[in-house]
Amino acid sequence: MTHPEHKVTFWKKYLFSTDHKQIGYLYGFTGLIFLFFGFCLVMLMRWQLAYPEQPLPLIGKWFGETRMPGGVMLPEFYNQLGAMHGTIMVFLGVVPIAVGAFGNWLIPLQIGARDMAFPKLNLASYWAFFVGGVIMLVSFFVPGGAASSGWTSYPPLANIATIGQTLWLFGMVALITSSLLGAVNMIVTIIQLRAPGMTFGRLPFFVWAQLVTSFLLLLAFPPLEAAGVLQLMDRLAGTSFFMPSGLMISGQQLPISGGGNVLLWQHLFWFLAHPEVYVLILPAMGIVGEVIANNCRKPLYGYRMLVGSAIFIGFMSFIVWAHHMYLTNMGTAISSFFQATTMIISIPSVIILACLFLTLWGGSIRFNIPMLFALAFLPMFGIGGLTGLPLGLAASDIPLHDTYYVIGHFHYVVAPGTIFALFAGIYYWFPKATGRKMSNWLGHLHFWPSLICMNLIFMPMMIQGLAGVSRRLYDGGASYEYLQGVLHWNVFISHGAWMLAFSQIPFIINFFGSMIKGKKVESDNVWDSTTLEWATPTPPPHGNFVQDIEVYRGPYEYSVPGSKRDFSPQNEKEI
Amino acid sequence: MSSEYMPYTVETRPDTGLYNARLGIWLFLASEVMLFGALFSTYILLRVGAEPGHWPQGASILNVPIGTFNTAILIASSMTMVMSWASLKLKNFGKYKLYMGLTILFALVFLGMKYIEYSQKFEHHLFPSHSTYLAIYFTLTGLHALHIIGGVIVNGYFWGPGSRMWQTDPGRFTNRIEVAGLYWHFVDLVWIFLFPVLYLL
Amino acid sequence: MSAEIEHVNAEVKKYLLVFIGLLFLTMVTVAASYLHLPLAMAVLLALVIATIKGSLVVCYFMHMISEKRLIYLVLGFTVTFFAAVLLLPMVNHHDIIRGAEVVH
Repeated sequence: MTHPEHKVTFWKKYLFSTDHKQIGYLYGFTGLIFLFFGFCLVMLMRWQLAYPEQPLPLIGKWFGETRMPGGVMLPEFYNQLGAMHGTIMVFLGVVPIAVGAFGNWLIPLQIGARDMAFPKLNLASYWAFFVGGVIMLVSFFVPGGAASSGWTSYPPLANIATIGQTLWLFGMVALITSSLLGAVNMIVTIIQLRAPGMTFGRLPFFVWAQLVTSFLLLLAFPPLEAAGVLQLMDRLAGTSFFMPSGLMISGQQLPISGGGNVLLWQHLFWFLAHPEVYVLILPAMGIVGEVIANNCRKPLYGYRMLVGSAIFIGFMSFIVWAHHMYLTNMGTAISSFFQATTMIISIPSVIILACLFLTLWGGSIRFNIPMLFALAFLPMFGIGGLTGLPLGLAASDIPLHDTYYVIGHFHYVVAPGTIFALFAGIYYWFPKATGRKMSNWLGHLHFWPSLICMNLIFMPMMIQGLAGVSRRLYDGGASYEYLQGVLHWNVFISHGAWMLAFSQIPFIINFFGSMIKGKKVESDNVWDSTTLEWATPTPPPHGNFVQDIEVYRGPYEYSVPGSKRDFSPQNEKEI
Repeated sequence: MSSEYMPYTVETRPDTGLYNARLGIWLFLASEVMLFGALFSTYILLRVGAEPGHWPQGASILNVPIGTFNTAILIASSMTMVMSWASLKLKNFGKYKLYMGLTILFALVFLGMKYIEYSQKFEHHLFPSHSTYLAIYFTLTGLHALHIIGGVIVNGYFWGPGSRMWQTDPGRFTNRIEVAGLYWHFVDLVWIFLFPVLYLL
Repeated sequence: MSAEIEHVNAEVKKYLLVFIGLLFLTMVTVAASYLHLPLAMAVLLALVIATIKGSLVVCYFMHMISEKRLIYLVLGFTVTFFAAVLLLPMVNHHDIIRGAEVVH
């Protein structure tokens, strides 16, 4: 019952299709481009950190006199790079790929549906994201450049910043709209469009992870949207939502009413931004779960614990946010509350990690490229998570807050954590999406150097942070006498970052090259997987399935005693 | 991609008892609760943080009779909105047009009164930048008014060109009006809290 | 089909009653504001009346009273997080380390 193929224009087929898979590709390609761009921004920053005040050879002159006169980076430009690197990687790179690309492409397939519940809304969500991205990019070229008050945009600094900050706020409104509409779509799809027999208890863990993620996006983003509106009012209408009374700037009182509250922004921002980090990690855990179960030929250990933990994380993530605000003169009562909830939320994360590890025990492990990335995710996320604990406790957070320790912590979770999981997903589902296989040896050339470089970059940051190197320092700490002993790590880290960039070249070649010239797959189910996305033709057509789908068992029925094969697909009646 | 094979656009899914758009609109409204919740939180924080005596009584700045009238007219529009849906359930398209038309009319009256209120403020140089009270007043009522405008546009479409669907797919059209109604009631709900908070306290 | 019509007509009667109730409560809340109660009482009273009015809109105009469990679940979580964003910042505002200079 696939929709008959009819002649469509290029625009309708690629850019304005309402097919969830095509929209997934749009999100994926756009997200990867932004990820690459965001990476380039930080590579520029790393030059300044490794070789402060040195002209950047060859390309330094491209940036012009307002940004890098004589090829030497200005502090203002450094701050723009910093703020936009964070913004772009989180909101234009990782979330669009993890949720927009993987979520959109995979959810209808894994639940046995023909498309998302609201296909046109889905397309609108993508284009809202695209508009937000364009606004963010354009902001680099306005007078004063892009936003430069950190991705966190704290007032009063952000309130008085140049026009780029206003564009950032408008961009965020577009991105938040996109996410809200997308979240509604995903939740309705998962609840309403499951195939017959696909009970909630038979959903792949990936789908559960996306369901929780969508609730986080739905309920946590609006306060940031409200805060964005308030900051826009402050900047454009002269209000004082975030401007306290008596504020002096450059010795002048501002002609404003005052009476505002800077912490109000922090509360509303972090109310979103903490659940946001679980938006970054949950889809990744979902992908890793799929790849590990399949490549161990074993069910995931503790399915109900995994699902319960994901739901518990989702709930708790709404009431931990002020652990980002321990240094705002919080009293002991409220601080204890947030420390308690923060400690509690670490438990389900550990449970999920433990279940994924335990799945390996006794498994027939296949060490293909997706599995390598999925396996690397486990200890890397472990390091990221463990290093978060001293940050979650207020006493130990005091010396660590706003240092490179924080940067090391969250990059461990997102970079060799989430991004490795995204790579695992790309290598894993590429054969189904394209009908061709990716090259194994290019995969190794991508994986091993990436893993090593990630650790070369982010482990020394822990050392620097413990020594007291603050974040967002234009000179990387050079002007502080007590930091001289750890400054040499800046050079080390920067070289690691440039080598990491270089290590992505095999992936880029592999990705595009295999699409065109990769070896064609011999079956619709190259990994011998159990989940429904493999029960389609390759690549899946409009409408996804050529037969009616009915589900007879859970998602990870591998090595079932008494069955002919070591996997029993969900939709096949006989095992 | 079309509704020929998109299930549960009209009929409800047995285990959830819902059709897709009804679940969808409730989810969207949940996000709107959080949006206005953040703004109410802003109001609270600004008010408790204000110097004693520096936060005005609502009635001293705002026009309570106009606010009361607006509250009544929005409640009336909520009533006519649900009646327009009930009329469709009773297969009475004429009554639907009447009630939906009244809903839109009442909404426009509300917006008209808001315009008068805002103009009066601006004439007296009472801009959002004047004080945090005015800032949150204009932001809350302004965002709420934008939501009303959005609702008027959607309702207008369903009163006008969109109502053609009644001929081709009456079940789906009735569901659309129910969904639009849920959004509209929510807009009324927000005002039910906004009015006492801003005007009476 | 006429059972359906009966049902809708019964609903319409409820809508009318709710409408009258809402108008009445609006009058009450405005009248109460003229009592010039102390702030804490005035806030409590205004919120209680608004909650009753809001509940009428939600339960009857929005049919929540006969809605499915799933919607209750979604709204239950929403109300919890709504309370969190509403109250925790204010608690934080009051629970600070005294003796530090706080700029208003």
